[in-house]
Amino acid sequence: MSQAQTMSAIAPSSATTQQHGLRSAHLRRIVRRLPHYLLLSVLAIITVYPFWWTLVTALSTTGDVYSFPPPLWPQDPSLVNFIEVFDTIDLLAFYKNSLLISGATVVGTLVICSLAAYPLARMQFPGRKLVFGAIIATMILPAEINFLVNFITVSKLQLTDSVTGVVLPNLAGAVGIFLMKQAFEAVPQDLIDAARVDGANEWEIFWKIMLPLAKPALGALAILTLVTAWNQYIWPSVVMTSPENFPLSVGVQYLSGSFSFKTRVVAAGAVLTVIPILIVFLFTQRYFLRGFDGAVK
Amino acid sequence: MAHSRKATLTAYLFLTPAMVLLLAFAFWPVGFGSYIAFTQYNLIDAPVWVGLENFRELFDDELFIGSLKNSALYLIVVPVIQVLAILLAVLVNNNLPGIKFFRAAYYLPVVTTVSVIGIIWNFMYNDDGALNAILRWLHLINEPIGFLTDDRIALFAVMFVTIWRGLGWYMVLYLAGLQAISADVYEAATLDGANAWQKFWRITVPLLLPTILLCSIMSMLAAVKAFEEVQIMTQGGPFQSTYTALYYAYEFGIKSLNFGRALAASLVMSVVCMLLAWLNFRYLQPKNP
Repeated sequence: MSQAQTMSAIAPSSATTQQHGLRSAHLRRIVRRLPHYLLLSVLAIITVYPFWWTLVTALSTTGDVYSFPPPLWPQDPSLVNFIEVFDTIDLLAFYKNSLLISGATVVGTLVICSLAAYPLARMQFPGRKLVFGAIIATMILPAEINFLVNFITVSKLQLTDSVTGVVLPNLAGAVGIFLMKQAFEAVPQDLIDAARVDGANEWEIFWKIMLPLAKPALGALAILTLVTAWNQYIWPSVVMTSPENFPLSVGVQYLSGSFSFKTRVVAAGAVLTVIPILIVFLFTQRYFLRGFDGAVK
Repeated sequence: MAHSRKATLTAYLFLTPAMVLLLAFAFWPVGFGSYIAFTQYNLIDAPVWVGLENFRELFDDELFIGSLKNSALYLIVVPVIQVLAILLAVLVNNNLPGIKFFRAAYYLPVVTTVSVIGIIWNFMYNDDGALNAILRWLHLINEPIGFLTDDRIALFAVMFVTIWRGLGWYMVLYLAGLQAISADVYEAATLDGANAWQKFWRITVPLLLPTILLCSIMSMLAAVKAFEEVQIMTQGGPFQSTYTALYYAYEFGIKSLNFGRALAASLVMSVVCMLLAWLNFRYLQPKNP
C-alpha cells in the first residue's frame, strides 16, 4: 500500500471523529447551559403566563372560564368575544382618544424639549447654568404633591375633560430635555460655524442642522414618550370626566366595571388595549432594553 | 454688547415654553401645595388658613396611621425586587441563542398599562383563578385563598403585582451596569483561579454598587409612593386594609375634595421620601478605601 492510499484510508475516518467531536462539544455546551435555560424559562413563565391566560380566555368560546388545568390553547377559538367588546363599549372612540392624547404628547414633548435643549447645549448666555440646574431639580421635587395641585390648576384653567388638560402637564420633562441636550452637544461645531458664515440665524441652525442631525435621539424620545402616554392611567382618569373622552386605559376599566361577569369579554378588552403598544414595543425593543445607551445610539 | 443681548433674548425665547410649563406644573405645585396643606380648601371656596389643624386631624385618624404603616410595610418589596432583578440581569447578560426573547418577556409587564395589569391579576387572584388552582393541585390548600378579599392577605397580593410589573425595569438598569464592567477584570480573576461564586461577590457586586444605590433609591421611593395598584385592584379594601399613604391622599383630594387634608398627607410623604433618599446616600454610598 502506498503512503497516499494509507492517508486516504485514514483521513475520512479521522475527519468523522473530528466532526463527531465538534458536534458533541456543541451538544455538551447546550447541555451545560440547560439549567440556565430552565431557570430563564421558569422566570419567563411567571411574567408571560398571565398574559397568555388572558389571550387564551379571550379567544376561547367553550368550557368553564376557570377550568383546571387551564387550557394552554384556545378552545373553539373565535373572535366573538372581541366583537362583543365593540358592541358593549365605544372602543373606537377610546382608541381615537388614546391616539389623540399620545400623539399630542409626543409632538408637544419633542417640540418643547428640543427647543429648550438647543440653547442649553450650544449657546452662551447669562443664567444658563441656573436654568439647567432648575430643570434637573424638577427630577428631585416631591412629585407626589404635583398630582393633586395639577388637578387644581387644570380645574381652575377649565381644562378638565379636555385633551389639553391631560397633555399639558406632561410636555416639559427633565429627561427629554437632557436627552436632546446630549444629542445637540454631539453635533460638530464646524457645521454650525459654516452655517453662521453663510448667514444662518439661530432658528435656522436649530431647524436645518440640529434637528436633522438629532433624528435618532428624537426617535428614541418619541417612542419612550408614546409608550408612557399610551399607558398612563390615573391622570387621564382624573382629568377626563365624560366616558366619551376616556382613553383606552381608562375605558377598559369601564368595561370590567359594568360587565365583570363576562370574563371572556373583559379579557378580550384587555387584549385589545395592550396589543397596539406591545406591537410598538416588539419593533422598538432596543430603545427600552438598552436603557439610555440604546436611546442615544 | 447689543449682539450679546440679542443672543440672550434668543436663548430665552427657545427656553420659554419649557420654563412656563415647568413653573406651572412642577414648581408651583410645591409652593401652592405646601400652602394648601395648612388651609381648608375644596376647590370652590377660597382657601381658609387653619394652621396645623390638618396635620392634627391626620395623625388622629387611624386610617392615616394605618396607611402610613402599610406604606412602610410596602418597603419589603425593595429587597425582593432588587435581588430578583440582579438575578435576571445576570441571567440575560450573555449572547445565548434566544436571549433577546427572554429579555423582552421579562420587560413585557413594564410596557403594559396598569389598568390592564389590574384586570389580568384580578383573573389570576380569583377564587377559581390560576393561582388558587395551582395551590389546590399541589394540595397546599383546601379552600381558595381570597387574595384580594382577605384583609390579612390583600396588601401582600397587591405588593406582589408591584414586584411583578417592576422587575423588568430594574433588570434593564442592572444589565447596563453589568455591561459597563470590563471583561478583563473577570479574565484576570479566572487566571487567579477564582470560581463563579467568588467572581460574583468580589467583582460583580462591588462594581455594581452605584447601580444598586440608584435602583434601591428609585424602588424605595416608588414603594412608599405606591397607590396605582391599590386604586385599580382593591380601592383600599377589604376593610381599608390596603390603604397606602398616597391612596389616602388620592381619596381625600380627588374623591372628597378635601384638599387641605390630602395635601397635608402628601407633604408628610414628601418629607418621608426626602429622608429615605438622604439615608440611602448617607449609608449606601460606595466608600473609597
